[in-house]
Amino acid sequence: MNFAPRLVSLGLLVAAWYVGAELAGPRMLPGPLSVATAIWTEATTGELAFQLGVTLARVAVSFAIAMLLGTVLGVVMGRYRLADRFADPWLVVLLNLPALVIIVLAYVWAGLTEAAGIAAVVLNKLPNATVMVREGARSFDRQLDEMAEVFRMSPWTRLRHVLLPQLAPYLAAAARSGLSLVWKIVLIVELLGRPNGVGFEIGTAFQLFDVRRILAYAIVFVLVMLAIETFLVQPIERHVSRWRPRPA
Amino acid sequence: MSRAGGPAQLDVRIESKSYRSASGGRLDVLRDLKFALQVGAVAALVGPSGCGKTTLLRIITGIDRDFAGAVSLPDHGRLGMVFQEPRLLPWRTVEQNVRLGAPEATDADLDTLFAALGLSAHRNHYPGELSLGQARRVALARAFAVKPDLLVLDEPFVSLDDALAERLRDELAALVTTRRVTTLLVTHNLDEAIGLADRVFLLSSSPTHVIAELPIARPRGHSLAERTAIRAEISRRLGRAAE
Repeated sequence: MNFAPRLVSLGLLVAAWYVGAELAGPRMLPGPLSVATAIWTEATTGELAFQLGVTLARVAVSFAIAMLLGTVLGVVMGRYRLADRFADPWLVVLLNLPALVIIVLAYVWAGLTEAAGIAAVVLNKLPNATVMVREGARSFDRQLDEMAEVFRMSPWTRLRHVLLPQLAPYLAAAARSGLSLVWKIVLIVELLGRPNGVGFEIGTAFQLFDVRRILAYAIVFVLVMLAIETFLVQPIERHVSRWRPRPA
Repeated sequence: MSRAGGPAQLDVRIESKSYRSASGGRLDVLRDLKFALQVGAVAALVGPSGCGKTTLLRIITGIDRDFAGAVSLPDHGRLGMVFQEPRLLPWRTVEQNVRLGAPEATDADLDTLFAALGLSAHRNHYPGELSLGQARRVALARAFAVKPDLLVLDEPFVSLDDALAERLRDELAALVTTRRVTTLLVTHNLDEAIGLADRVFLLSSSPTHVIAELPIARPRGHSLAERTAIRAEISRRLGRAAE
């Protein structure tokens, strides 16, 4: 892979930030160095790791639940027309309900609890995952289905070796877009009704007009998500698509 | 292997099978199609293209249950099938494909099969890395690995070049002979039918039924002259039926 263009592009971003900070002043936009020291202080007190951990745990749990439910629902809706007709209006409603409304209603109805927060994130991601997986289930290869039937493959074998591999690209797409969506929504959930996490920290910083801390937390979190994408999502994707013939 | 005696045979009695056509009418594809196979028999179904052969196989293999009539399979009804296209799982290796189709096959079984079909070097390849001929061989290996009570082949060598088709046919003939599997082969290629089967069922055009049953003496070991004679006989019968 060629890293040079990426490095140049990142360098330009930092340079623009530097110039912007000079123009806008440290109160509106603190410079890169100032933010870096803020990150360092937060890191040494252990505050950063704690808030990051709390948020990541929420992301992981809600992402897992949403993907699992979305996959099951998507497969059922993709395969059975009646289920599709029945559940589709619900899906459309959920897809078009603003994230904020779902979160606020969840807190109003279930109280400012962890479960309400997680449920709100799941409900936000679920329709999106369902729609993508449904698309995959619709394009299942009938010929392979028949083959599995003729050879009397067990339901488990059919799921594991015939259906899921066909779903893999759709699951990967849903996971990709899901991860970035989920963490953004988790921050709002934390901002509105949780006593900890990156979203809560940013909320506090906002009230104190502390742009430095807002940037510090945002940048670290983006870096963590980038690392997850690079070191977890991409290797899994490569493993799953290892059978595809690659150009030499 | 003892497969003798009892009701162990393939018995097909289809009264009718029809599709609903686009204009709303009923389209009969099969009507009064009846035949039976003894255990160990190798039969070929030969008929004009579009005569519903694939539909017939879908009924026999149990994929399509929407028909009037009955089909009884030999013994435990274990099926091995080779489709027109290889229908391998592209995301599993050659060996995994065979094992998934035949979970009970032992390592020794697979070794012999792969050796017989010239696949030993390809066990760990993915189907995308194989030629069509090799993929067809894998499909054959999978069907045989099941140790089927009934082996069903749907135009298994179509769109291969003649020499390769001939070689695969010989390999198939050898496997069928040594393993004594009850086999049903669908083809529009007369040479293929004569070269492999010990009886040929001639099918009419749609709505399809069996026009004639021709036993073939000394199957799988004909001289060219014998083959030509059988060909001529079949063509004569088919021509008569068409009149």
